[in-house]
Amino acid sequence: MGSSGQEMLQKRSHVEIMWRTILLGHQLSPWCPFLKRWNVMYCIQGLRQQSILHRPFNLPSGQCCSLYHFYRLCSNMSGSQALVKRSHSSGGTSIEDLSAEKLSSDNQISRTMEVLPSTKTKPPSEDLEDPPPLSPLDEISEDEALQIVAEPILPSASFTLRDYVDHSETLTKLLLLGVDLSKLERRRNVGTFLLRLDFEKDIKEKLLFLKDVGLEDSQLGPFLTKNPFILSEDMENLQTRVNYLASVKFNKEAIARIVTEAPYLLNFSVERVDNRLGFFQKELRLSAHTARDLIVRLPRLLTGSLEPIKENIKVCQLELGFRYNEIQHIVTTIPKILTMNKKKLTETFDYVHNKMNIPHHIICKFPQVFNAKLLRIKERHMFLMFLGRAQYDPAQASYVSLDKLVSLPDEVFCTDLAKASIQDFEKFLKTI
Amino acid sequence: MPEFGPAVFRTLHGIFAVYKPPGVHWKLVRDGVETNLLKDLNSLKQPDIRQQVRFLPGTLERSSGKELTLTATVLPVLADHILAKGPNYCHLRVGSGHRLDIRSSGVFVLGVGHGNKLLTDINEAHFTKEYTVHGLFGKATDDFSDTGKVIEKTTYDHITRDKLERILAVIQGSNRRALIMHSKIDLKSQEAYELAVEGLIRPMEKSPPIITRIRCLQFAPPEFTLEIQCLHETQQYLRKIIHEIGLELKSTAVCMCVRRTRDGIFTLSDALLRTHWNLQSIRDAIKHCTPRLEPELQKALALKHRIVSCDSGSTEQDALLESADHTEVVTVAASPDQTREAA
Repeated sequence: MGSSGQEMLQKRSHVEIMWRTILLGHQLSPWCPFLKRWNVMYCIQGLRQQSILHRPFNLPSGQCCSLYHFYRLCSNMSGSQALVKRSHSSGGTSIEDLSAEKLSSDNQISRTMEVLPSTKTKPPSEDLEDPPPLSPLDEISEDEALQIVAEPILPSASFTLRDYVDHSETLTKLLLLGVDLSKLERRRNVGTFLLRLDFEKDIKEKLLFLKDVGLEDSQLGPFLTKNPFILSEDMENLQTRVNYLASVKFNKEAIARIVTEAPYLLNFSVERVDNRLGFFQKELRLSAHTARDLIVRLPRLLTGSLEPIKENIKVCQLELGFRYNEIQHIVTTIPKILTMNKKKLTETFDYVHNKMNIPHHIICKFPQVFNAKLLRIKERHMFLMFLGRAQYDPAQASYVSLDKLVSLPDEVFCTDLAKASIQDFEKFLKTI
Repeated sequence: MPEFGPAVFRTLHGIFAVYKPPGVHWKLVRDGVETNLLKDLNSLKQPDIRQQVRFLPGTLERSSGKELTLTATVLPVLADHILAKGPNYCHLRVGSGHRLDIRSSGVFVLGVGHGNKLLTDINEAHFTKEYTVHGLFGKATDDFSDTGKVIEKTTYDHITRDKLERILAVIQGSNRRALIMHSKIDLKSQEAYELAVEGLIRPMEKSPPIITRIRCLQFAPPEFTLEIQCLHETQQYLRKIIHEIGLELKSTAVCMCVRRTRDGIFTLSDALLRTHWNLQSIRDAIKHCTPRLEPELQKALALKHRIVSCDSGSTEQDALLESADHTEVVTVAASPDQTREAA
């Protein structure tokens, strides 16, 4: 009779502890994504074992939401495993299967614990007999309660910076500056890199420096979106590079434009930039002044790959048959031709030269045709052919300049060049 | 006041047609339409950023000393900021109807959202399509188009419009037979007669390409233009037809351009040009096209049922004919029964 009464009592306390644990789990689970069902199950199992072993069990201190205490709870559990094993040998057959389960889940626990950022925690005490400092039922003062921050726990690993934006001061400031975090987080290692930065220490002086170089406030965000790695560069290096640009006689506005358009330029060493400037001067046989103009007009020439540029020059020379001075003229008018897709370049030239019968010297006068879409040139040329107005020779009457042919918007093209209505043009487009 | 983005997105379902220019892959056309739609959707008014209450800690100087306070402040959730979240709409379900290969141009049907289901229905309705095909006598190439490698050159002086039309009639005749064969109806039945009178006979399942009508629009040697109405075709098949016409006329011919002028109910006037591939025009086109499509699909479904019932009748009859026990008298007796059943 006596023993069964004790059993009843024990069962009740057991149920009570389970209930409390479940509550604990409920409070925790919306906040910790890693706290999965098995964790709660595991707690309950552990508690059941402890009640079997007649161990006095106190739920760790009242701040259920603090991660540390859960961590303590878990470590208590894993400590109790040894006990369970010992008692097993003394004849506790019912817990045999439980401890087997525990072995596998223990590994998972220890893995979770490694990942957790536990800066403010003391190492968990291994001594099982040590009572935890606070019981959940203890009263705490108002001031203490105020200091408890009931913040949801940040995920330890995430695929997006969105989880951290509201909590990281650096990210918040970068966001307000106009940096597109959604673009940056897609790049390898950039997210972690940004999170580790400190705004005051790492970012502020770079921003002030960029402003000194001549960037507008509104350009800082897009700049950092393109090149976040400038934040890891050494200040002295950056200053030397800007000084170098000034020394090769780029004026202040030019430098500002170059830096904005080619954000990675400041990550390049001085020798490298020097080599590249030399390359353009040598390859195109330009004077220093025209080379500078070219760079200012299309700064990304300096940071892009040089191989396709070389190739395009050769294509213009050998495949398209332009003379050197013609190439120089075309390049200085539209520098974009150097970075253009080779296939598009040849296709456009083929159509303009062979189908529209326009000689080299006229193409050279209006290199803007290479900027236009081939389909657009085709459509307009065919429409003019259909109307009998396709006359590209400047020596004859009703001459249509190539520049106008490609650059005008549809309405103006119809009224000015084709002398037809836009409806007719659209009808015509549906017959090709 | 711009419209509310999610509201527009929710109602963006349906089917429309665009004009595919020659020399552009159909996938590029589809992607272009998707990109333009996304751009327009993202430029509309987006849902407001969520607000959250945060308790910011602060200290309050009192006579009794420093006191910690928490002040409740309403702050926008930065995680919802467009720069943190990225654009609201990143992809749309845009599906394509019967495709056009890279060299051909013309009406190209696209569906968006739930419109993709209609695309399947259209595919199962087996509508006919119309093409305008330009041919050129005098040479033959390896891929039947004028840009391919020339493998033969011939004269074409002996070809007259009469001769060409005779060949076209032959093609139409042989395709007529194929059409009846693949539509799987019993020619002797009343049902088949009625369908034929209405001119509705067409295969309702997979079949090889069938030309239902072919005629010469223009004949100015060496060039000629044909109008072809067909189903289950590919554009390369039409090029091959031109090649074969050339051979039949004791000459050779290549195909210069294949242009689809009608795909089911979508005609050239429904097709949107490249400059009109934006949200507003596409929504208008959907509003215009989708209601017209419904009755046509219903009709096609009804036709399918009629053909199927006709078909099942004919298989029964076939079975009767094949069984050796039945005499001719039985089949004659059986056929009026079937017509009664079908009616």
